[in-house]
Order: sequence, then C-alpha cells, then structure tokens
Amino acid sequence: MPETTTYAKALNTALAGLLAGDERVFLMGEDVGVYGGAFGVSDGLLDRFGEDRVRDTPISEDAIVGAGVGAALTGMLPIVEIQFSDFVVNAMDPLINQAAKLHFMYGGRANVPLVIRAPGGGGTGAAAQHSQSLEAWFAHIPGLKVVLPATVQDAHDLLIAAVRDPNPVVFLEHKLLYKTEGHFEATDDVENPVAKIGESRVIRHGSDLTIAAYSIMTIRALQAAEQLADDGIDVEVIDLRTVRPLDIGPVRESVMKTGRLVVAHEAPIPVGVGAEVVAGVVESNALDYLLAPVRRVGAMDVPMPYAKDLEQAVIPQTGDIVDAVKEVIKS
Amino acid sequence: MPRRDPSTPEGAVESLRLMWTIRRFEEAVEELFDRGQLHGTMHLSIGQEAVAEGVAAALETGDMITSTHRGHGHTLAHGADPATMLAELLARETGYCRGRGGSMHIADVAGGNLGANGIVAGSMTIAAGAALAERMKGGDRVTVCFFGDGAANEGSFHEAINLAAIWDLAVVFVCENNQYGMSMASDKGTAGGSVAKRADAYGIPGSQVDGNDVVSVFETTLEMVRRAREGEGPSLIEALTYRYRGHSKSDRNLYRTQTEIDDWRNLRDPLDRFEGSLLESGGVETGTIDKIRGEVRESIRDAVTEAFAAPPTTVADLEGAAYA
Repeated sequence: MPETTTYAKALNTALAGLLAGDERVFLMGEDVGVYGGAFGVSDGLLDRFGEDRVRDTPISEDAIVGAGVGAALTGMLPIVEIQFSDFVVNAMDPLINQAAKLHFMYGGRANVPLVIRAPGGGGTGAAAQHSQSLEAWFAHIPGLKVVLPATVQDAHDLLIAAVRDPNPVVFLEHKLLYKTEGHFEATDDVENPVAKIGESRVIRHGSDLTIAAYSIMTIRALQAAEQLADDGIDVEVIDLRTVRPLDIGPVRESVMKTGRLVVAHEAPIPVGVGAEVVAGVVESNALDYLLAPVRRVGAMDVPMPYAKDLEQAVIPQTGDIVDAVKEVIKS
Repeated sequence: MPRRDPSTPEGAVESLRLMWTIRRFEEAVEELFDRGQLHGTMHLSIGQEAVAEGVAAALETGDMITSTHRGHGHTLAHGADPATMLAELLARETGYCRGRGGSMHIADVAGGNLGANGIVAGSMTIAAGAALAERMKGGDRVTVCFFGDGAANEGSFHEAINLAAIWDLAVVFVCENNQYGMSMASDKGTAGGSVAKRADAYGIPGSQVDGNDVVSVFETTLEMVRRAREGEGPSLIEALTYRYRGHSKSDRNLYRTQTEIDDWRNLRDPLDRFEGSLLESGGVETGTIDKIRGEVRESIRDAVTEAFAAPPTTVADLEGAAYA
C-alpha cells in the first residue's frame, strides 16, 4: 500500500535498508550516532546497527571524506555525512583531488564507490556559511556524480542508487525538504535500485512552457505551475534529479513541444547549472523551436544573509518563477 | 613474518638488491628524461632507498601502502614490477595506470599499493580509511602511510593521525624526512623540533630513526607493524634521510650547498653504508655484492627495453573513462 512519509524518514529508511542488506555499507559523520544526525536523518540507526557501522567522527571533514575514500577504495561502501554541505569545502582535497580522480588516474583499475551526503540550501536563517547551494562546483569535476532529490520517493530511491553506483556521488539534500511529506513506497530490495542516476523526469505535463529544476526548486516550480494554471498558462515541469550526469534529452524534447524554457535553481546564476541546461538545449536542434529568450531563475548574487526578509529576497521563491514564466510567455 | 629481514645474511642480499633496484631504476628514469624520451616531471628519491626498503621489508604480502609524489622507491620495495612502472612513465598502455597516472600516481590497489599521491599529505586520511575498512572486514593487514616532512605541516596530517589514534587503526605513519619540502628546510618549517615528537600529542608511539640505515628502519618498523597488527593502534616513525637530486626537474638547488649534498652522499649514503656493514660483519662477500649490482643493472636495462616495446597509450577509450 502506498503511504506518505517525510523526506528525512525516507532517507532514514533507505539507510536502514542499505545497512541491513549489505555489510560493506556503513555510515560515518559528525553526530550521526546518538544525536541522530543534525537533521535527524540517522535517527535510531545507532541502536539498530551499532557504533561500528553508524560511526560518530570528530569534527574533521577532511578525514571523514578521506577515510571514506580509503575505505571505498578497499572494498567498502561508505556513506559519509557532512553536516552542512558548506563544510564539504573543508574536504575538497579528498573529494576533488582524490575521490573524483582515482578511478581514472589509476587506469580504470580501482573504484571509489563513496557517497557523500550533505544538507544544502537556505531558508533556515543560518546565514552565509550554512546555507549554500554548491552543486555547480562539484558538478564541474569529471569523476563525480551529483544528485539532488526533490521528492520523498526520490530521496529514498536515489540514495540507494547512489550507494550502488561504483563512482563517488555527492548527494545533496535540501534542509527545507527534510520535513516535507510525500508519497512513499519503500523497497526492501537495496541491491537493485529502482531509480537511476542520470535520469531527469517530466513530473508535470504542459504545453506552453518548460521549467527545468531540481531539489527544492522542483517543488517551487510545481507550485508556480499551479498558480500559472489559474492564469491559463500550461507549464511542463522537468525534475532534473541529478545535475551530473545531466540528462538533457527530456528538456530538449519538452522545449521542442513548448518552445519556451525557464531553468530554476537556488544557487546563484553565474556559471551555474542553469547555464549548462540552457547550453544543452541550444546546442541541439531544440534551438530552432524556441519562440522566446530563455530565462534563468536563481539566487541573488550575494552570500546568504541572516535577516529573514533579506534571506527571502535572496532565495528564489515560487513568485519569482511565476514572474519569470510570465515574462517569457509575454516576450 | 616480515617478507625480508635485512639483519640476516639472506635477507640482506634481498634488501640490497631492492635498494640497488630503486637506485638504478631512478637513474635510468633520469637518463630517459635528460635524453628527452620521457616527458612531464619526476621526483627522484636517490639517497632515500633505505627508508623505502627498511619499511617495506618489515611488511607482509597483502599489507597496504600509500605513497607520495616521490614514490618510486616505496612502490618498488613493496613489490612493483620495474618494467610495468617504466611502461607507465613512458606512457604505455601496459603501465600500471595505462599512462593516465605517470610517475606521481603509480598504483596497484589489488596488490596492496593504494597509490602514490601528488597532493602533499593527500594519502594520509586515505590510509586511515583503508585501515578502518580492514578492521571492519575482520582482517589484520597493516597499512603504511609514507609521507614527507612537508606533509607534517598540512592539516590532513593532524586529522588523519587523530582519527587513526582515537580508533586504534592499524596504520604506521612513516615520515620520510629528507630535510626539505621543495626548498623549505624542514627545521625552518616544522615547529617543535621534530615530527616524531608530535606523536606524543596523539598518545601514540613516535620514533626518530636514522633513515639511511636500512636495518635500523627495518627494526623500528617491524615493532610498529607488530603492534598495529595486534590491535595496539597506530604509530609514527620519522626517518631522517636526504635527497641528492633536486625536488623535481626544475630545481636549481639554490637553497642548499653543494658541500651539504656531497657530505650526505660521501659520508652517509645508504647503499655504501649497508654494503660496508655487510662486508665488515662478513655476512656478505664482495663477489656477492658485485653480482647483485650487475644483475640489477641488467634487469633495469631489460625493463627499459621491455617498456619501450610496449604499445603506446591510446586516446580511443578516453571518452567516459572518468567513470566506472
């Protein structure tokens, strides 16, 4: 029977299933044990699986990711949690210079099946060093995969897919999504993931304009689409789900149908994923189908401010997507 | 049981052969570079052979190492095939990394070499993770993490040793102190007087050894490996040695004197000293030493020939190769 649960609980269920189903899997990070993780994602796992496999670490992001690389290289399937994605910056050497490189640099003769889970995004009043959306930075590096689930079901399914992937995967969870409820069906089969990394998906069909989004902006895009429907604008929404690899095919096909494109992400616009999506469209014959200039929706180009009104102004909201869509439709 | 014991006559012959192999290998590589037959850059460990061999001799087959940008010696002592290494350096498809890694990234993960690393201190946390995995798998393999004196001042040094210490991981951290991090003298760049002393801060054994004395390096490592294997946790060895060549091929040696280099080479060379002590103790005869030298010279010459004959790398399958 389908049921509902929260994004955090879906992640917890996926972790429990992975830990129960494969002894090579372990979870490691700051406060993942008795604390249950800063956002409660690993709640109860310590009691069930013990401190060896739900492993509290000191505040040492470099060592957490580096040890994850070493363990993955030698046959384990580590899932490391970095408490805020901003702190991955402290672990950029093991992530960028090690995890992403070793398979290639060693001639394809070694794998690093490491998953780095980290909460990203703003809206919690946590200011500039706890609110960033760094996915474009990670996605720029060959060797990494970057996954940003928007839905409760995807949080579960894509985490299983990430652990089953033989490559290092940066798995970015949005902090505001943790408590969101959604349709959920758990699977006991953690060996055969139902979701695949590198597949975007049309989650709302429409004919007037395409919105491509991921993570929380997918949810805001759906809300925008509902509002726009009241104005007679029929929007198609594509959830990119992973930004590396980026599955551009469905976006091109959608644009060939609607002729208009808005890309939405919470990260700042310059040199962001939005530019990559637009390039992926205009480098194909979908270019010929465009009826209007494309628009990117993203954060204002400043670090995240603390004050609530300032923060709300910086983060792209549902209304910003609505406005962007209307402008494109008008032009 | 260690794979070789340089304090015994039989083991000494094998260790001497390994040390000559490292030296001749690197001299061959240098010559190939000078002749323009090898591109890129390289970091030679000529003069440091006793550290690589003293440590690797104390390991068992199956034990793991992580290495550095100056890693030819570690890799060879840990069992790498010189011809396959040369194939890598000469950009051949048959090289350890199919020509994608080169001198700084020789790896043979299945064979226990988790990789030479181009990032200073880059492999220290990886070594801790490998040791963690080994314990979770119920194994007793030990991981040796080679690093340089320069790496001791990186943040990863602290994070890796702290992690290994709190979890009693089976890692032996081996600092190969060759006196300079590129041009920065170790004593100028390292607070506290020694790297080994820093072990106290983590509550683990720290030991400074004469890194140009292969037996002394071996004996210290043997004890640290024993305790690691028996679950007593990590340790830190600082082996004092000296690199004769420049940091890399661009080095003009402006930061040290020729007298200093000559003193180390003429008075403290690890091969001269090892051979001298073997002859003095009567454990090995001059004829045996000459024979080893000759055989090694020939084997490296053969390895170069073999590597040159191997097929060159190909761009055909680069596309998508970043991913497994």
